[in-house]
Amino acid sequence: SVMATPRADDWSWFPALALGVSFLKCILINAYHSTDFEVHRNWLAITHSLPVSKWYHENTSEWTLDYPPLFAWFEYSLSHVAQHFDKEMLVVQNLIYTSPATILFQRLSVIVTDIVFIYAVKECCRSVREEKGSKDLLGHPFFILAALLLWNFGLLIVDHIHFQYNGFLFGILLLSVARHLQGRHLEGALLFTVLLNLKHIYLYIAPAYGIFLLRSYCFTKDNTDGSVRWSSFSPVRLVALGSIVISVGALSFGPFIAMGQLPQVLSRLFPFKRGLCHAYWAPNVWALYNMVDKALSVLGVRLKLLDVAKLPKASMTGGLVQEFQHSILPSVSPSITLICTLCPTLQPKPHPPPSLALSPPAKFHIWCRPRGARGFLRCLVVCALGSFMFGWHVHEKAILMAILPFSILAVESREDAGIFLMLTTTGHYSLFPLLFTAAELPIKVLLMLLFTLYSFTSLKKLFRGSLLNPLETTYLLGLVAVEILCEVVYPLSPWQHTLPFVPLLVTSVYCSLGVSYSFIRLYVSLLRQHGTDKHKQL
Amino acid sequence: MENWSLVSICVLFGLTARWAVSLNSYSGAGKPPMFGDYEAQRHWQEVTYNLPVHEWYFNTTDNNLNYWGLDYPPLTAYHSLLCAHDHGFDFCWVLVADLLIYIPAVVLYSFYLSEGSNKKKVCTVLCILLYPGLILIDYGHFQYNSISLGLALWGVVVLGLGWDVLGSLAFVLSLNYKQMELYHSLPFFCYLLGKCFKQGLAGRGLFLLVKIAVTVLVTFALCWLPFLSDPGQILQVVHRLFPVGRGLFEDKVANTWCSLNVLIKIKTILSTDTQLYFSLTTTLLAILPSSIKLLMKPTLWQFKLALVNSSLAFFLFSFQVHEKSILLPALPVCLLLNDLPLPAIWFLQASTFSMLPLFLKDGLLVPYVVTSLAFLFFSIYLLSAFEHCSEDKLRLGPYRRLLICMPRMDLGRVTKWKFYFSITAMAGLSFMSVALAPPDQLPDLFPLLVSVFSYLHFLGLLLYFNIVQIAEPLQSVRKNQKKSN
Repeated sequence: SVMATPRADDWSWFPALALGVSFLKCILINAYHSTDFEVHRNWLAITHSLPVSKWYHENTSEWTLDYPPLFAWFEYSLSHVAQHFDKEMLVVQNLIYTSPATILFQRLSVIVTDIVFIYAVKECCRSVREEKGSKDLLGHPFFILAALLLWNFGLLIVDHIHFQYNGFLFGILLLSVARHLQGRHLEGALLFTVLLNLKHIYLYIAPAYGIFLLRSYCFTKDNTDGSVRWSSFSPVRLVALGSIVISVGALSFGPFIAMGQLPQVLSRLFPFKRGLCHAYWAPNVWALYNMVDKALSVLGVRLKLLDVAKLPKASMTGGLVQEFQHSILPSVSPSITLICTLCPTLQPKPHPPPSLALSPPAKFHIWCRPRGARGFLRCLVVCALGSFMFGWHVHEKAILMAILPFSILAVESREDAGIFLMLTTTGHYSLFPLLFTAAELPIKVLLMLLFTLYSFTSLKKLFRGSLLNPLETTYLLGLVAVEILCEVVYPLSPWQHTLPFVPLLVTSVYCSLGVSYSFIRLYVSLLRQHGTDKHKQL
Repeated sequence: MENWSLVSICVLFGLTARWAVSLNSYSGAGKPPMFGDYEAQRHWQEVTYNLPVHEWYFNTTDNNLNYWGLDYPPLTAYHSLLCAHDHGFDFCWVLVADLLIYIPAVVLYSFYLSEGSNKKKVCTVLCILLYPGLILIDYGHFQYNSISLGLALWGVVVLGLGWDVLGSLAFVLSLNYKQMELYHSLPFFCYLLGKCFKQGLAGRGLFLLVKIAVTVLVTFALCWLPFLSDPGQILQVVHRLFPVGRGLFEDKVANTWCSLNVLIKIKTILSTDTQLYFSLTTTLLAILPSSIKLLMKPTLWQFKLALVNSSLAFFLFSFQVHEKSILLPALPVCLLLNDLPLPAIWFLQASTFSMLPLFLKDGLLVPYVVTSLAFLFFSIYLLSAFEHCSEDKLRLGPYRRLLICMPRMDLGRVTKWKFYFSITAMAGLSFMSVALAPPDQLPDLFPLLVSVFSYLHFLGLLLYFNIVQIAEPLQSVRKNQKKSN
């Protein structure tokens, strides 16, 4: 892809944007934090106080270590700074220890590690394509991208209120993407392997990386029509890639393999005992599936077609993380979700009749007609979103894995900007239930308004004109009604005590409509690009 | 991007910052028996909701005035009554008040009464909204200053747009919310009187004067309506509003008397009455030059400067001044951010710094540090404060003339260096107040250092703003018309 020449002059606005959001993060230090805070404190304690051999066996606290070893080493290095703030937080037995020094340290650690994210955003901005013609600073794509990434609502509330280290992790992801956009593929691969060893949820997008690197990096040349030229296979490059993956993996898992603890580590990393849906119902396909199942079962009981006593007791709508059975529709097991996740991305490709929409899949698509790093990025987003839609025990925070990389595409193409607005607004709204305290309500509403207003007005100005059709706009305005219903109307109604999960249900189902719609549109846009390629040859 | 979206984004950001500060500790949190200002507001809601009007300001069995008795004018009492009806989160009310009163006034001021490109106006809105002092006091310490300051600002904006009667109405409402607004009353009076003179006292000027006088009297009457039936009521309210029995100053405050007290113990040497007369005379002397100049030349620029000079003089020389009263000069200085960025930023930062002991007592260290750094960074960056640092732009002409005997130096650069030094010293003192323990013989060492240091700044800036206001020629030359307005 063509790399735009960055404005050689003034980048002084970038530190201003970065500092501004950092200041905001600092005053949120004393806001509500979730149990994830205790999770990370526990991991600090485990890695600091216990020898390596006990890290994955320790279970004094219910929040056991369930991230790959490299993240454990990260927590270990943090713990060395932590001991200067408050030694007590590093004692494993001090469960739910929240002294002011602990809170300050943990919050600051997230804010400081965000520097990786800030650097990654800068690199992405440098790679953004830009049309010639003088615009004022606020209208430039790289400025808009920087603002959309640095001030991303989801990242702000998940990292700096709810408490997680996503900024750091997504920074590595975006840096890897930026390196690929800049043509530095080995660095990109290294960064991604490191990321995989920090948090294994990124396995969902590993196939996109794998196929892209194999296709575009190991095969050094293409045929004139863009298809693979088998003779240009470079074993050297393949070996280079392989050695990177293996060496990082060895560094991370090596000590545990040597101690024979690999099965234990893997069982911690992949706990399939948890239910299909996380407690708060990520707005994906399964939310709709559950809704239909529940509706059918209620209808069945009302119409006397079903016996209430025979229905399974464990109900997902209780809002707890459990395994359960669906009442009417077939139950869904982990293997089924795996197949569903891979399906959109790995269907065998029939010869497509020109008119039909029977589609080549995303990854097959980049194998046959690679469109460089941008095609890879699109495939990555589709993979991330697909895994969100169909995955097992998906947390709604995972929507960020699709939203953040998609921002890069959104500032370059009009159609992508439209899909981005739909996906982002719905996805961000679905994060609202994470902050359920009354004191945080104004913050989440204000920040959501801030981000939504900015994204709409800046993208509209960039692409000169309305990006959404009336139906989409109505749907998004409906989010306001859902919010008022859930936060104001429902708590005052008589059903608040008997059916407390209804606001979550409504939020989840309403958002899954928007997210599914965005997924379909994104997929269609991917295929349409393939279609234009084919038409070009004919 | 269009203006309205940029302004909305700035406003949303300002509101977010405010609410985030309120998530921290507040005045008197968990500190029995008196707790703090938050408890005061809650108590006033209790008093106004449960007791009849004629008992609000009196010491009765139900209303113990020693426990946070009402000591603000009637509008505050009515507001407390309104808040008492909704047992929601009190901080919401501060946010609502900000949104309805203070913030619209700031936006209107920036767009209609300040100069520069649209971008500059939006930057002005953002910088005014980021002023740490008001955010920390209203949302951290917990008070409703944004209502009285907002109404006063409405008064300025409306007067600037030429609607004198409405402007005086807004100011009278502000005065009836908090009696400290008296600090601003003399400039309002002189400005309006000057305008009447300019229009000729026999004719339109007199008509205007009558209209304003009637508005003021009627508004006062309406606000004090429940208390007008009994002169004893009025006297008691006045007695609560102006506690002359409490002495020249309380606690550490960055004004003349407290600082003088370090060298000479005036509180013990002079009697209460002498103190009262002494402070009255010095205050009047300090505000006289500025008020006379405003009377002779009632323009918006002079009005803004007079507001600064008058309220700052009151702060420095008046009786029973609290450190929070620095917000009163801070408001008009915010209006000067566009015209004289560096001195304004300097003053605003110094005013925040002067309240440091209060913030430390309330557990607001982190918000203080973050909002101060954010304000300094953004106002210097967005308003290009260091580029507008020439002698000419800072109007340092008179200083040049006074220092005619000194060697030739670039006063602009000197000012910049003084600014750097001052900010570093403030940072250092802040750090020391937190990190070091004071020696046993001087337990109040750090609050004292903070207040004396701030006092020197305020004195210097009072002199500067007075010189800027008075040195301006009465009849502005044609080509300087835009600048001096």
